[in-house]
Amino acid sequence: MSASAQGPRRGGGIRRGEARAGWLFVTPAVGLVVVFLVIPIVLAFWVSFSDWNGFQSPLNPRVNFVGLENYAAITVDPGLDQQNFGTSVRNNLWYVVFVVPLQTIIALLLAVQVNRAVLRGRGFFRTAFYFPSVTSTVAIVIVFQFLFTASGAVNAVLAFFGISGPNWLNDPNGIFHNIAAGVGITSPPPALEAAGPLGVTWWDWLAGPSVAMSSLIVLAIFTTSGTFMLLFLAALQSIGAEIDEAALMDGSGPIRKFFSITLPMLRPTLFTVLTLGLIGSWQVFDQIYVLGGATAGGTISTPAFLAYNTSFDELKWGQGAAIAFILFVFIILLTLLQRWILKEREPGRRRRISREPDAAAGSVGADPADRALPSGAGTHEGSRS
Amino acid sequence: MTTKTPVDAPSEPRDAAPVATRADAASAIPKPTKTAKRRRSIPLRVRSGMWLSYLILVGLALVYIYPFIVSVSASFKTDAEATQNPLAIVPETITFAAYERLFGDVPFGLWAGNTILISVIVTLGRVFFDSLAGYALSRLKFRGRTIVFVGFIAVLSVPGVVLLIPRFLILQQLGLYDTYAGMIIPLLSTAAGVFIMKQFFDSIPDSVEEAARIDGAGSFRTFWTIVLPMARPALVTLFILSFQGSWNELGHFIVSRQSPELNTLTTGVASLVSGQLGQGNQFPLQLAAAVLMTIPVAILFFVFQRRIMNTTAGAEKG
Repeated sequence: MSASAQGPRRGGGIRRGEARAGWLFVTPAVGLVVVFLVIPIVLAFWVSFSDWNGFQSPLNPRVNFVGLENYAAITVDPGLDQQNFGTSVRNNLWYVVFVVPLQTIIALLLAVQVNRAVLRGRGFFRTAFYFPSVTSTVAIVIVFQFLFTASGAVNAVLAFFGISGPNWLNDPNGIFHNIAAGVGITSPPPALEAAGPLGVTWWDWLAGPSVAMSSLIVLAIFTTSGTFMLLFLAALQSIGAEIDEAALMDGSGPIRKFFSITLPMLRPTLFTVLTLGLIGSWQVFDQIYVLGGATAGGTISTPAFLAYNTSFDELKWGQGAAIAFILFVFIILLTLLQRWILKEREPGRRRRISREPDAAAGSVGADPADRALPSGAGTHEGSRS
Repeated sequence: MTTKTPVDAPSEPRDAAPVATRADAASAIPKPTKTAKRRRSIPLRVRSGMWLSYLILVGLALVYIYPFIVSVSASFKTDAEATQNPLAIVPETITFAAYERLFGDVPFGLWAGNTILISVIVTLGRVFFDSLAGYALSRLKFRGRTIVFVGFIAVLSVPGVVLLIPRFLILQQLGLYDTYAGMIIPLLSTAAGVFIMKQFFDSIPDSVEEAARIDGAGSFRTFWTIVLPMARPALVTLFILSFQGSWNELGHFIVSRQSPELNTLTTGVASLVSGQLGQGNQFPLQLAAAVLMTIPVAILFFVFQRRIMNTTAGAEKG
């Protein structure tokens, strides 16, 4: 190195100037985080307590502090705003209830099948299942809209079996309501007519995901199961063959082996996948935006979309920011819970076979894994799951 | 699952593998006599389990791939045929009308140009700034290092969607709203990227740099000429994640711009869906747009697929 010539001239300790360089190196990254993440969040926090209407700066003196008014409007004050928020929470809750278990089970099924030692073309299958995870949500939504349109491919397949499919993406009926209607219950029993939490009646809370939302549930499973499959695959490969053989010696069949050996050993990964799914499913935004939140009678709107819509379209910035903060706190709590549980179990996990990865992965992040998720390293990871 | 196979196929990997090859090459029907002759030890149940496994996988793979195949095919159909005959793989009449419209009626080229410009700058920025910060946090001793690192860890858990309104507010305050700068600068670094790079630098021995340091090379020089070339694997990972992430980014471009000239592929193509063009008979056009916007990421995916898939696994390993 030519640098060696200057060495003696410079003098000083070999760690000289390191502190300065250290700060210099982290400054761009830290600066970007402070300017485009920390300060904006503080600013939005202020907006959520103000009556700013979108004109001029939110910091101009004519903007008033309104206390908890914005939060009250969506949570406790009866009215349309409260109902919209309640409905969006309902929609997202059902979405989570279906997406998280289904995507986990399917990811596990894919991983177990792909992991089979005898399998040829493992790479092909892995690629096929993972590909939807790397494509843009916008493209996937277009494909799904094409498949799920009234005269689309899905209904064509259903027609083959003699079923006349619904107009998927425009059907606002809850699937549990449909089932109830199937047995003759078309109007709410008196007990369920009363208003439940957030201004939505118990009958509506129990509607289940609408048919339109069900299509989005399928979309979410389609795009995330590949990613989670990879997490399971990594864990399965670390289990190793001896255990398999031991189980075989003991004469346990595949089902027994799966439930009493494989599954318990996958528990850390299972936990990671479930919590990542849980955190991601509350952030669904992109596909709702592309489809337009008003389709299917507002039954696909989620809090993330509602926050955007309330601010940018209805110009009720305070209220939109309030919704975003409620969501923010909720997701942070989920994340902290995940990290805490992973930390709790770490010392106890010193078994030989399972490597230490999961605890580490969980404690730092939710995210690195998340970043590798479909929407990638951008700012909206997880928003599609 | 495989209820009828008491003995699981993977239990005898070495024995069973050749069978798979053979049968694979022959046809979809297993040949009991031949295999039985060769390997008496493989009971019928194992083989049937294997075939069941294949059947499940092929079925599932079809479900995952077919939507893409049908979409590509429908983009070459006429509007009427795409609506009437959505399942057919081969169009009755192949037409490039959708693609022509995409570059005629629709400013698809402009959107693509914006996306390419933004993705390239964002990717380079992320690779540079994140590795710089990751290196400092891993190797350089300075006061406040721990706090900075803990800060990045905390930032990791901030969900992207709640940043939409805050991002808009700050861009407006800074006068960057509806500019390329406003679309690019906030994306130039991610906490996750810093984290990936720090983890990587933690894993390589520092003896090499010590030599450079003793030779008197400055911190940046050591980083640029010695450490960074060694970090190729991590850089490639970060490059892929950043490119794919910025190419597919939607939310930030919704809130950071409003002029049609600044549309990226994601926002532009999204406007085709929700737009005024009318639904139902526009499928070939929309699908053509979806196909074209997917190609770069697909190429990246197929070129680097091993690395991409190990990356996700790597994230698991922390």
